[in-house]
Amino acid sequence: MQRSRFRTACAVAAIAALTVGIAGCAESKRDNSSTSKDKTLVFGTAGEPKVLDPALATDGETYRPPRQVLETLIGNEQGSAKLVPRLAEKWDVSPDGTVWTFNLRKGVKFHDGTDFNADAVCQNFNRWFNFTGLYQNVAEYWLDTFGGFAKSESPTAPPSNFKSCAAKDSNTAVISLNKPTSRLPGAFTLPAMSIQSPKALAEYANESMSGDAKNLTYPKYALEKMVGTGPFKFVSWDRANKKITMERNDGYWGDKAKIAKLIFRAIPDENARRQALEAGEIQGYDLVAPADVPSLTSKGFDVPARPPFNILYLGMGQDNPKLADVRVRQAIAYAVDREALVKSKLPNGAKVADQFMPDSVEGYASDVKKYPHDVAKAKSLLAEAGATGVELKFYYPTEVTRPYMPNPKDIFEILKAGLEEAGIKVTPVPEKWSPTYLDDVRAGKPDLWIVGWTGDYNEGYNFVGTFFGRQKPEWSFDNVALRDALAKVDIEPSREKRIEMYKDINKQIMEFLPGVPLSSSPPSIAFAKNVKGVKPSPLTDEKFYTAEFTS
Amino acid sequence: MIRFIVRRLLQLVPTMFGLSLLLFIWLHRLPGGPETSILGERATEERRAQIRASLGLDEPIWVQYGRFMRKLVAFDFGTSIQTGRPVMTEFGQRFPATLELTVTALVIAIGIGIPLGYMAARRRGSWLDNGTVMGSLLGVCVPVFFLAYVLKAIFSEYLHVFPSSGRQSDLLEATHVTGMFVLDGLITREWDAAGDALLHLVLPGIALASIPFAIIVRMTRASVLEVVGEDYVRTAEAKGLTERTVRGRHILRNALLPVATVIGLAVGGLLSGAVLTETVFAFGGIGSFLRDSIEFRDYPVLMGFIMMIALVYVLVNLAVDVSYGLIDPRVRVR
Repeated sequence: MQRSRFRTACAVAAIAALTVGIAGCAESKRDNSSTSKDKTLVFGTAGEPKVLDPALATDGETYRPPRQVLETLIGNEQGSAKLVPRLAEKWDVSPDGTVWTFNLRKGVKFHDGTDFNADAVCQNFNRWFNFTGLYQNVAEYWLDTFGGFAKSESPTAPPSNFKSCAAKDSNTAVISLNKPTSRLPGAFTLPAMSIQSPKALAEYANESMSGDAKNLTYPKYALEKMVGTGPFKFVSWDRANKKITMERNDGYWGDKAKIAKLIFRAIPDENARRQALEAGEIQGYDLVAPADVPSLTSKGFDVPARPPFNILYLGMGQDNPKLADVRVRQAIAYAVDREALVKSKLPNGAKVADQFMPDSVEGYASDVKKYPHDVAKAKSLLAEAGATGVELKFYYPTEVTRPYMPNPKDIFEILKAGLEEAGIKVTPVPEKWSPTYLDDVRAGKPDLWIVGWTGDYNEGYNFVGTFFGRQKPEWSFDNVALRDALAKVDIEPSREKRIEMYKDINKQIMEFLPGVPLSSSPPSIAFAKNVKGVKPSPLTDEKFYTAEFTS
Repeated sequence: MIRFIVRRLLQLVPTMFGLSLLLFIWLHRLPGGPETSILGERATEERRAQIRASLGLDEPIWVQYGRFMRKLVAFDFGTSIQTGRPVMTEFGQRFPATLELTVTALVIAIGIGIPLGYMAARRRGSWLDNGTVMGSLLGVCVPVFFLAYVLKAIFSEYLHVFPSSGRQSDLLEATHVTGMFVLDGLITREWDAAGDALLHLVLPGIALASIPFAIIVRMTRASVLEVVGEDYVRTAEAKGLTERTVRGRHILRNALLPVATVIGLAVGGLLSGAVLTETVFAFGGIGSFLRDSIEFRDYPVLMGFIMMIALVYVLVNLAVDVSYGLIDPRVRVR
C-alpha cells in the first residue's frame, strides 16, 4: 500500500510539472512575439463574414474585413458620418441629379499591382449592373440604390436606375442615372460599392454563383480572394478557426498602417470575447455588453462608445382593429416611459427618440408632436377609444444583442410595465431573433414588437424611407400621403429641399404614429490598454490602419 | 464474432435511413428558413421567396428528401447554404478539431476517472473516497458552460496559465497536416506549435470531460465495490496473490464491463457536449459550426453533420460491444 501511495504522489507531481512546463514554455513564446516592433492586432468579432465580396451581402460582420482591404469612391470621415474623398479626390453632380462625375486619385494601385483608374471603376459598376441569377437575389444594396439590373430576372424588381458608367479619361469616371435619387452620394460609401481589381474579378468572379440550381454556391472569388486598394492586403481566411488575416499594404497611397498584421477572429460568445481580451489573447473586440462596460473601464481597458446612429422603436400592427384607431396608438405612446428606459436599461450616452431618425441625421425635425410619459392621458385616450383593458400580443426577441437594443427582455419589461399601468393587457411572446422573431414580425403577426435600425449613411431616406417607403405586412397600413411624400423626397436632387421635406415627413409620421420611436444608443467597442488610434464610427466603419500599440 | 460485427453493420442501414427521414422532416418543419440569414434583416418578401425557390425549398418535402437521398448514395451531402462550400469539405476541415478535443476529454475522463474510482472504492470511507464522491457529484451537476466560464476566469483571466479561446495562438504560424494541431506539431517537429495547441486543449478538455469523468468515477467505484465483495476476490487475496494480480485480473477486469458501456454512451454525450464547449472556447470544431448552422437553418450541413455524428456514435457503441468480448471471455463463448 505504501508503494502505491508513493506512485500516486509521483504521478500527480509529474502531471503538475508537465502542465506548468508547457504553460511556461508558451508564456515565453508569447513574450518573444510581443517585443517585436511590427505587431499584430487581433480583434474579436461576434461573427464571421458570409463572403469576402461585399457586393453580395449587407451585414456588418461581412463588411468589416473589406473595409480594411477595399476602398470606395467616397468615404466617411473617421469617427463620423461625414462624406470625405477616398478613391475619388472630388466629385460633382449635374443640377438634375442624374450625372455623377468622379475625379479619381492618381497613382493608386491595386494589391495585385494593376492600376486603379476610371476603367476599373466602370468595370465594377458594370459587373453589378450585369449580375444574373442568384447574384441578383443577394446584391441587396445594389437593388436598394440602383433599383434593378440590366436584365432583371424577378418580375417584381423595379427598373434599374443605373444608365451607364463611362471613363471620360483615365482619371474621370462618369456615372449616369435615369432619375435622381436621395440615396446618392451616401450609397457610394457603402462597402457593397467597393472598387475591386478588375484583373482579380476577371480571373475568378465570373464563375457562376450556383453550380446547380438547387445549391447556393458562392464563386471562389467571394470565398478566397479580396483584391482592392486599401491599407491592408488580404492574406487568408482560416474558416476552421474563424480567422481572417490581413497584412500591411506597403504600397498604400495614403498613410500606411501602423501595425504589420491585422487578424479578425470570430468569437460568437459575448463572455468569451471579454475573457479573451482580459486574458490578453485579443487586443480588442466589438459588441461589448453594456453591463461589461463599467468593469472593463475600471480595469483600465479603453471602451469608447460609438456616436449613436440608430433607432430602436416599438412597432404597432394596424391589422388589429384596436391599433387602427390612432387614439389607441397615442395612448401607447403616452404609456411607455422612454426616459426610464434610457436611464435604467440603455448604456451611457443613449437618448430618448422622438421621431424615426436620430438627431444627427439631416432632416431631423425639432417640432414634431411629442408624447411625454403621461399615464392619465393614456388612460383617458383608451377610454375614449373604447379600448380599456385591450389585450395585445407583444413580441420580443431573445438570445440577441443589437447595437440599438442591448437587452431586449429588459426593454420589453419596462415597456410592458408602462402599458399595464395604463390598463393595457400584454401577452408576452418571446421568440428567437433569427429566424423566428424576424420572420413573424415581417409577416405581421405581432400587435406590438420591438426592433431597430442602424443607419448606413447620413440621409433621411435611409431611415424613414426604409421603414415606410413601401408597403409592408409588418406595418399593415397604407398611408398614401406619406408614401407619396417619401417617393417625392427620394427623387429631389436638391439637398436643402430634401432636408425640409424630411422635416415635414417626420411631422406627418409622428401625427400618424405608426409606431413609437424609443431611443438611440451608442454601441461600445473595447480595446486593450496599449492599443490606441481606432476611432469608433457611428456607421461601425472603423478603420484599423490607424491602430497602434503604445507599449 | 465476425458474424456479430457484420450483422450489426447491416443493422446500420435501416437505422441510418430511418434517422435521415425523421431528421429531414423535423429540420424542415422548424420555423424560419435560411433566406433571412442569407439576405439579412432588410430583404423584401419577394426576394426571400426567390431565395427559397432557388434553393428548392418551395418544393414538396418528399421531392426535397428524394433529391437528398439520391445525392447521399453518391456520398454527396450537398453544399452548405451559409458558406457555399460542400458539406463534406466543411466536415473534413472541422472534424479533426472536435476529434482532438473529444479524445482529450476521453483521455482525461478515463485516464483519471478509472484509477480514481478504483482507489476510492479500495479506500472506502477515506477522505479520498468522500472527496471523489463529492467531486463527481459536482461534475454531474454543474453545467458544462458554467464550469467553462469558471475555469476560464481562474486560469485565463487571473492566472494567465491557459488560453481562454481558440486552438492555437494567433501569432503562431504552424504547419498543418492532419488538422489535429498537437499531432501536427509532433509530426512536423514544431514543438512550440504542439505545446501551444496542447495548452489550448486543457481547459476545453477539462470542461468537456467533467460529465463523463464524473460518471466514469462513480460507475468504476460502484462496480469495484461490488466486485471486491465477491468470493473469487477474497479467494484470490487469501491465496496470497500480489495486489497487482488481484487488481488487474480479478477486480478491474470484472468491474470494467459496465464502465465500458458507460464510456460508449459518453462518447455520444461528448460529441453533443462539444457544441457548448466549442462555442464557449471559440474552438472551431464541428460543434460550433453545428450551432451556427442551426441559427442559419443550414439544412444540408445539419443533415450531413448529424448523420455523421450518429454514424460515429453507432460505430463507437459497436466497438464497445466488441470490447465486451475482450474484457469478459464469457461474452465470447455465448
